[in-house]
Amino acid sequence: MDDNTKRRSPRWRSPLRGLWLTSTLGSVLLVTLPVVILTGLLSYIAYGPQFGQAIPGNVGWLKLPTFDWPTDPSWLYRLNQGLHVGLGLILIPIVLAKLWSVIPRLFTFPPARSIAQVLERVSLLMLVGGILFEIITGVLNIQYDYIFGFSFYTAHYYGAWVFIAGFVIHLVIKIPRMWTGLKSMSMREVLRTRRADTRQEQYDADGLVAAEPGPVTISRRGALALVGGGALFMAAITAGQTLGGWTRHTALLLPRGRSRGNGPNDFQVNRTAFAAGISPELTGDRWRLTLTGGPAPVVLDLAMLRAMSQHTAHLPIACVEGWSTTETWTGVPLGDLARLAGVPDPASAFVRSVERFGAFNRATLQANQVTHPDALLALRVNDAELSPDHGFPARIIVPALPGVHNTKWVGSIDFRTR
Amino acid sequence: MLTGFRRLYGSHPLHLLTLIAGFALFGYVLVTIGPQALWNPRTWWQSIIVWFAAAIIAHDLVLFPIYALVDRMLLLSWRIPVPIRVLNYVRVPAMASALTLVVFLPGIIEQGALTYWFATGQTQDPFLGRWLLLTAALFATSAVVYAIRLAPARRARPSS
Repeated sequence: MDDNTKRRSPRWRSPLRGLWLTSTLGSVLLVTLPVVILTGLLSYIAYGPQFGQAIPGNVGWLKLPTFDWPTDPSWLYRLNQGLHVGLGLILIPIVLAKLWSVIPRLFTFPPARSIAQVLERVSLLMLVGGILFEIITGVLNIQYDYIFGFSFYTAHYYGAWVFIAGFVIHLVIKIPRMWTGLKSMSMREVLRTRRADTRQEQYDADGLVAAEPGPVTISRRGALALVGGGALFMAAITAGQTLGGWTRHTALLLPRGRSRGNGPNDFQVNRTAFAAGISPELTGDRWRLTLTGGPAPVVLDLAMLRAMSQHTAHLPIACVEGWSTTETWTGVPLGDLARLAGVPDPASAFVRSVERFGAFNRATLQANQVTHPDALLALRVNDAELSPDHGFPARIIVPALPGVHNTKWVGSIDFRTR
Repeated sequence: MLTGFRRLYGSHPLHLLTLIAGFALFGYVLVTIGPQALWNPRTWWQSIIVWFAAAIIAHDLVLFPIYALVDRMLLLSWRIPVPIRVLNYVRVPAMASALTLVVFLPGIIEQGALTYWFATGQTQDPFLGRWLLLTAALFATSAVVYAIRLAPARRARPSS
């Protein structure tokens, strides 16, 4: 104890810092961060690593076991990414508060007094650097700001693994301290204590309690309410991009919180026809859909597709960036096209757009994603022809598929038996 | 034996084993990602390792000192004799405003306008105005709450 008192610098003034506060904030992150980690790793599987289309490719053992991403429920990917991005944003105030609560430890002198402390400090670079790097790259990506120059997917995916390594080390080493901290004060007591009666934490084996505290300007329960309120505030101004409907407008500062109008095609666009280099001659009268994989290629024009039996489904488009929008799609079931092509029982389907450049001008679909009755080559949305930005003349829409794999401006589909 | 290890190393053997396992996993991440992905020789600051280090520096040595300093300055108001101290009525809206500014900065300062337009077909024009209005609403709400709290305090001391 004496030793710690000597180490403590008088410049740390907050009377609220201490093991209990740090443990309380830490316990919230202990429960919530694994959800963000798991949904992130699941998203990688949803992209289809078995087809080499998950980014980054070749991650070795750094992934969950690959499985066929389900098509039911249709909102599965919407939920997954809503949780990943939404919770990631909501936790920002809690992460900042947790870092604030332990920051005196960063500046302790000498920085380490044993080999164990040196190693632990190095591991904290993985933990703190990892979480900050993930927050910064994620927040920039959902706002289309690519100032960092490197591949977002590569950086965010491997950054996550650095964080996971740091997080697991931290949990194994610190969970016993966290328990001690949580037991050192009663939460009920804290919630009853007003500012005037707020005292410093009694138990201090970690040098977090200020040696010369300043005035108590906020109660401990007030500080918890402030951090929790910050998280709720973030939820209130971001969740609308995932929930959609009237709540979309509450996502005030996010790209996907904005209305585009009231027309049938006025929902969120991902990559405009202009950006994709889609010209009228590519999608006009000369446009054809080519189906391959069977005995002979089958070539269809738009009139022939319209003459086929049409199916309507109410399905969400859910982007990796966390936003989603549910629309009513009408078109030809992909299973019907497979039969027409002469491959009634395909193992996969390779969809190619007429878009010449762009990382997502193609996608491979799993068997369950081709044969699901609601998996469509959509020609219409909300009872209107698709607009150019939404993939006219035809686009893929498959339940629970990551948004960008619902290929727009489809030119060909190759039904494969392997 | 265990005490000897503790004296030499400074903690339990499990502490060391956990750290070695974690560092080995970190090493595997580095080997898998490869040096080319980590370092951009043409534009050094657009490198993953630079951003990783910069993230720590930006928080610990830039953001934290700035907000701690601002709070120290606000703390000077604590000694001003008023019926209800104003500090937290400034702190709370300021924190919410600063949080939204930092998180949504790209839209507010219209950075990445071209990729934004390609992706969405829209511009970032509304965001600065929206952030300013949000800030106005936060401080106005705080002012109203402060005024409501102040009223009984004033009634209790009509002479002031």
